[in-house]
Amino acid sequence: MEKFVPLGNEALAQGALDAGLTGLYAYPGTPSTEVMEYIQRSPQAAERGVHRRWSTNEKTALESALGMSYAGKRSMVCMKHVGLNVAADPFMNAAITGAHGGLIVMSADDPSMHSSQNEQDSRFYGQFALVPILEPSNQQEAYDLPYYAFELSEKYGVPVLCRMTTRLCHSRANVITRDSVVPENELNLPANPTQFVLMPAISRRNYARLLDQQVDFEAESEASYLTRYEDGDDKRLGIITCGLAYNYLMENFPDGTCPHPVLKIGQYPLPRRLVAKLIDSCDTVLILEEGMPLVEEQLRGFPHEAENVCGRLDGTLPRTGELNPTLVAKALGLNVAEPSLFAPEFVVNRPPKLCDGCPHGDTFRALLEALEQYSKGRVFSDIGCYTLGVLPPYNAVNSCVDMGASITMAKGAADGGLVPAVAVIGDSTFTHSGMTGLLDAVNAQSPITVMIMDNRATAMTGGQPSAGTDRLDTIVAGLGVKPEHIRMITPLPRRHAENAAVIAEELAYDGVSVVIAERECIETAKRKRRAGK
Amino acid sequence: MKYDIILAGVGGQGVLSIAAIIGIAAVERGLYLKQAEVHGLSQRGGEVQSHLRLSDQPIYSDLIPEGTADMVLSMEPMEALRYVSFLSPTGVIVTERQAFINIPNYPDIDRIIDALDNMAARTVLVDSEPITQELRAPRASNMVLLGAASAFLPLALPELEAAINIIFARKGEQVVSRNIEALRRGCAFTEAQAG
Repeated sequence: MEKFVPLGNEALAQGALDAGLTGLYAYPGTPSTEVMEYIQRSPQAAERGVHRRWSTNEKTALESALGMSYAGKRSMVCMKHVGLNVAADPFMNAAITGAHGGLIVMSADDPSMHSSQNEQDSRFYGQFALVPILEPSNQQEAYDLPYYAFELSEKYGVPVLCRMTTRLCHSRANVITRDSVVPENELNLPANPTQFVLMPAISRRNYARLLDQQVDFEAESEASYLTRYEDGDDKRLGIITCGLAYNYLMENFPDGTCPHPVLKIGQYPLPRRLVAKLIDSCDTVLILEEGMPLVEEQLRGFPHEAENVCGRLDGTLPRTGELNPTLVAKALGLNVAEPSLFAPEFVVNRPPKLCDGCPHGDTFRALLEALEQYSKGRVFSDIGCYTLGVLPPYNAVNSCVDMGASITMAKGAADGGLVPAVAVIGDSTFTHSGMTGLLDAVNAQSPITVMIMDNRATAMTGGQPSAGTDRLDTIVAGLGVKPEHIRMITPLPRRHAENAAVIAEELAYDGVSVVIAERECIETAKRKRRAGK
Repeated sequence: MKYDIILAGVGGQGVLSIAAIIGIAAVERGLYLKQAEVHGLSQRGGEVQSHLRLSDQPIYSDLIPEGTADMVLSMEPMEALRYVSFLSPTGVIVTERQAFINIPNYPDIDRIIDALDNMAARTVLVDSEPITQELRAPRASNMVLLGAASAFLPLALPELEAAINIIFARKGEQVVSRNIEALRRGCAFTEAQAG
């Protein structure tokens, strides 16, 4: 038994290193973060000089990975599912340029929204872009994925999407690693010097090629190590599993054999021949998908819905959220182990909250005091720890939508007459997607006050470095905010009165002002102290 | 052999350290392991839960089905109660007795202890504080709990001690020996209760 017991994310990372990775690009986001963290800790990556710095956002990360692919090297880019929205422009267009060196785009979905604002299914992006999608079902398949994906990517000159979900990303299991490491590619440029130039004439040619390749991609899906047709005697029911759902199915058959035919799908475009074989040989087909009903919708059809297809759309399984072995057992009509014990009703939740001593708490208290003279409902927040300011005792923020939306929503509301409007945004979120919005506000002279909650870290995901640390004031000045309206405060209880006064002054200013509240994240500070730095 | 454990506690109580120690001991033994961790938002003072599965056969699901777990091992009594629906009728609860109160509406602790005492399952309530105080190891409560659970686990005490050695080696000899002592005292606690 191999003694390597990685998280799914770590298995993928080690697999990529062993498969000749030259560079990993990523922006932190749960549940994807540990891929980069693993590679940053890896002595193997350090020895080889594998590129392993965090990027400013998912778009810059994906474009950098594409550039590395252009240079002939194998590269990977990792993000959470909503990060792929940020990177959607380069993702869609990388499908048209194609890849040169192997290129893996890994997107980690979060069904049930454990740490996310939605549960979008990245497979739709892969289908949209017409690129192969790989969906490992366990840690071993995740480890083996980069070997296979880099070869697939280089064989067809196409980026490959790797879709994983929370329970695989964040679960450990034994993994057997390979003895030999694939050497990194030599620097070499595409044979066709205009492959990456998406002028219309070239795009049309590249797009036609991508469409032609769909037949080959489908054949690859059928032959893939991630796809398997397991026949069964009881053909009253056939089962299609996508990714992780296979495990929840097999958990219900402890001897490892399901009596029904099972098509385990781990690669797309859908291997339609195998799907047809299953449907033609079974009375009813149950679709088990961890995520949205992508396959089920296709098989159900319209306007004459197939009546022998069941899954999330007909109520056999819940429409939303993660699957689990019990839900799958019920869908199969099996007797499930019913709980015999129940938590008493007085057991209460512990909602997440800002840590004791967190600088954001002090900033919120000062902001709330400065806002006392105005009506409520004018604070636009963003993605980060400070989103917790929506909860008691602060009840301080009125929105949280996507990375950077605080500044632009405040601008829109102010443009519409809500003056003053306040944006609350973290330092890392500001450099990720806030700078362009601030430039818009400066150019329009919108009366907003931007509070940059600068804790010198990307704290929510574990305290990764932040791209603009020590330079936020100059960045803001460079975007055109007037120097007298760039205010630095230190969020500490003993500075409360002066901080509230500074914020009140800027709220009263009829233009763009930025208050940078700078104090290190209490958690990263503790960690540094412990490490003796 | 198959053994499924729900590990529970509050962020910062060392739930994932316990998972790592059991995991190393299991892998050294040559067992299969699956362990689903909780990362992200829920770590900030919120409840933390991990599904830990050991078997001599390959394991499919990363999640333990409800009503089937062999043990709930919790660093906090209300957190133990939260997950009892995962326990099988023959499962055991091993939990810290002392509450971790970081919310204004924390229920009456006597009601919690009472509910735990009256669960159908065997319950071991551990008061780790006198032990960690005596050992001058205030952060080793989780090791006391692991020790208290060890009587039920399919792993021997020396195997867990070897795993502690691996996990804490870089923190020095003293940390290792204190944690091992905490583990042994927890084990003795359960034995005394059973006796």
